[in-house]
Amino acid sequence: MIANAQRLLNRIGRRSVAAVDAVGYGAGLVAEALVFTVVGHRRGQPVRLAAIVEQMRQVGFDAIPIVTLLSLTVGLMLAIQFIATLSEFGAQTQVVLAVAKSVTREFGVLITGILVAGRSGSAFAARIGSMSVSQEVDALGVMGIDPVRYLVAPALLAMLLMLPVLTVLSDAAAILGAALYSAPMLDMSVPTYLTQTLAHLTPRDVFEGIAKSVVFALLITVIGVATGFSVSGGAEGVGRATTRAVVVSISAIVIADMVFSFFLNR
Amino acid sequence: MNDAEAPLIEVVGLQAFYGRRRILHGVDFSVRRGEIRVIMGGSGSGKSTLLRHLIGLQRPVAGSVRILGVDAGRASARELLAVRRRLGVSFQGGALITSMSVGDNVALPLREHTALDETTIRIMSRLKLEFVNLGGFHDLMPSQLSGGMTKRAALARAIVMDPELLFFDEPSAGLDPVVSAELDELILRLRDALRMTIVVVTHELESAFRIADRITVLDQGDILAEGSVAEVRASADERIQDLLHRRPRPVEVDVDDYLRRLTDEDG
Repeated sequence: MIANAQRLLNRIGRRSVAAVDAVGYGAGLVAEALVFTVVGHRRGQPVRLAAIVEQMRQVGFDAIPIVTLLSLTVGLMLAIQFIATLSEFGAQTQVVLAVAKSVTREFGVLITGILVAGRSGSAFAARIGSMSVSQEVDALGVMGIDPVRYLVAPALLAMLLMLPVLTVLSDAAAILGAALYSAPMLDMSVPTYLTQTLAHLTPRDVFEGIAKSVVFALLITVIGVATGFSVSGGAEGVGRATTRAVVVSISAIVIADMVFSFFLNR
Repeated sequence: MNDAEAPLIEVVGLQAFYGRRRILHGVDFSVRRGEIRVIMGGSGSGKSTLLRHLIGLQRPVAGSVRILGVDAGRASARELLAVRRRLGVSFQGGALITSMSVGDNVALPLREHTALDETTIRIMSRLKLEFVNLGGFHDLMPSQLSGGMTKRAALARAIVMDPELLFFDEPSAGLDPVVSAELDELILRLRDALRMTIVVVTHELESAFRIADRITVLDQGDILAEGSVAEVRASADERIQDLLHRRPRPVEVDVDDYLRRLTDEDG
């Protein structure tokens, strides 16, 4: 009995240390990547614009179709639910306000974050993981190319730049989706719906989403690359790391979102 | 490095640990300019760990490693970077970046460390590919190469910056005898034509005897012998003779140790 309790405590202790260790490691990676971005040129370790642009294409541009499509769908779904619920109080016209606020503050950035975590977080983990396994990361190191500068910094910068852009795009698509369903239901034209939405929105609403997207970008990148660097155990290890990166980053996003909403809406 | 007599690599009392297990038990080791030094040993002898220290991938926890006159344990990131530009490493599996063509792989160190224009970089990297007999293969992707070609491409990348010091991990592992002999030939040419100092880690006896100026035999974390090919061949040490004649080593079991390993819960 006591032995069991001891073992349990032992395990909890080890897990906690490992968790703190992982957070520290992640923070270190971010700090290093940002330092390289600022002073890398002077140290002979420049973060190349071409590499950043290539990453921006992969994490941002290539995600546009899927982000647009899903946001449009979620907007439509929100409109259906809001109209159904609000009409019970005879307040269906409030759907414009409800959609505008919930999309810009919550849903736009959350959909974007989850999609990008699934697309790019896993890609970071898989790419860096397989490079670690085949000694490519070591090879970069001995060639005098810092792996953090070469692999992490461009990805981090691209994410920090593109996730806010995708979020704004997602906001727009979701509101358009809601407009397509709601406007006929409310006997108004789609442009009128959109104009009303703009009248309801304040810059703060949009900025709340954008602020979150920056935090999400950081979380997705760090979790993806850190999981990648810690891969061991060959091809199977890479697979496990990829899954882990997606699950952990989506959980982190959802929790961070909740914390954010709590503090921003008090 | 100003002093031609000073060794390029100087390792003193190097110890290394993997978890609680000690991999290297105080290794002393030095390499002179212009020689081909072969580090030989079976699997688990600690040769890969020694190599990781020599190329600066692992910092020594006990003992010291000086590479090209720089103390790897105390060097700043900037000093270590400067050293790395002066050495080349060819990894066992090649470690070519799989998302880049062979030509881009070879050109990578030049692109990252020099301000040369693209034409010069292209010519220089193709010259090195020609040197390793891979002329015209620059457009292929690493996945399209055979084992021997991958090793040669990795070698081309390792020498593209004309390093003073070249490390070669298991040049003949997994290759047929002809290809492996060709690689040995290449290594000899590198020393003779380009005046490189070369450290080769291998467990292949034949290849070791063909290329080595001096051989260091490593066994279970200790240096068993060091000397010329003839000296090592003539060594009276039983372990070395076991290694040379491919005799299986006797398994010694400590009963207490054995039981502890079987029942240990913390693994």
